[in-house]
Amino acid sequence: MIELIFDILSWILLLLGGACVLIGGIGGLRMPNFYTRIHAASLTDTMGTILIFVGIMLQAGLSLATLKLFAIMIFLLLTGPTATYALANAALVSGLKPDVEPTSEETNEAESK
Amino acid sequence: MIFIFAVFLLSLLVITAIAIVRAKNLFVAVMLTSIFSLLMAANFFILDAADVALTEAAVGAGVTTVIFLCALSLTDDREKPREGNRWIAFCTVAVLALLIIYATFDKPRLGDPDAPVHQHVAPWYLDKTPEYIDIPNVVTAILGSFRGYDTLGEVFVVFSACIGVLFILGVSPVKGNNAVTKKISGLRHHLIPQVVGRLLIPFIVLFGLYVQFHGEYGPGGGFQAGAIIATGVILYGLLEGESAALKAIPRSVLLGMVVGGALLYGGVGVACMLMGGAFLDYSVLAADPVAGQQLGILIIEAGVGMAVCGALLSIYHAFAARESLS
Repeated sequence: MIELIFDILSWILLLLGGACVLIGGIGGLRMPNFYTRIHAASLTDTMGTILIFVGIMLQAGLSLATLKLFAIMIFLLLTGPTATYALANAALVSGLKPDVEPTSEETNEAESK
Repeated sequence: MIFIFAVFLLSLLVITAIAIVRAKNLFVAVMLTSIFSLLMAANFFILDAADVALTEAAVGAGVTTVIFLCALSLTDDREKPREGNRWIAFCTVAVLALLIIYATFDKPRLGDPDAPVHQHVAPWYLDKTPEYIDIPNVVTAILGSFRGYDTLGEVFVVFSACIGVLFILGVSPVKGNNAVTKKISGLRHHLIPQVVGRLLIPFIVLFGLYVQFHGEYGPGGGFQAGAIIATGVILYGLLEGESAALKAIPRSVLLGMVVGGALLYGGVGVACMLMGGAFLDYSVLAADPVAGQQLGILIIEAGVGMAVCGALLSIYHAFAARESLS
């Protein structure tokens, strides 16, 4: 019984994690500028990692594999956001302005003034 | 299931390769090359070649990317527009590709037990490893002992590659140029990469040592360990500036590692001869032949690790030092 609950829970987590990765991927392609794109992509690094790894850990049960998965998760949680930060910082330093392009309404207002 | 995954990875490889060819910005091309290596490592892993996958991931995706980036910072990051027509190149590539595709028709199916490669010496290695060497990882047994000559040759290839790069790019540390070198201080003013990097470097080096000494029991060995440790030191160099990394491990030590590693490997072979065996026949190193084999493999793996680590770091420093001098 308890195994069935763990199995269902792990599949829910895995599917949610997969959805997060998918949303991150779509966002990385569809968002309007660089900073919003890496914001979307960083969802893969954090939420996707946590959900998928906890899901696999529930599948693995109490074993050495779980410990290894936990170590990999910590490693990814440390490096992923750092890489995103470094990327954003490098873009900022090299002169890419984080301003969003004015939307069509705003340009209309500017023109009317 | 694994078949679908393999096909997926292989098609990603093809897409990445086309993207590399089409990329005009060389930075993009370098990053794509890194992704290509990572995909290749995953492919090797699917084919159960964990040792090769580890090397490909550490060297291909890690060290070479950094060396490429160092080289790019010396040149332009844009591809020069090509002149003349490329029909000759296109035809050559097309003919070669057709020939290779034709050659694959004769290849045995993947995992076919009747394939020639599984009929030749492989069964003998699998059969005799427990008896002669008694270590669980047959790859290490083949690499270190049965085919020790080949590995010695590989170490000397690494050695001569390092010497070649140093001959072309090696700059002698000019005195009075220290001011220029000090000015570039890596990512020191970026706090977050600095902190996380400092946190990770000890673990990377520790993992490298684990891979080095666990090579007889699991995937790993000298080549992989040397590359992983080199990655850790290069990360330190990127964070703290190249001069800090050079202060931690000076050039003379690096050269000593390259030369010493190759010499250690050859020395073990000569020691075997002096103790009455053949060159690289480790059985004579200890009273018990099996213990002798294990001792020999341990020493030559240490030599390989030293040589690879020293060579990769020397090449990295050769590129990075030029950057700070110019």
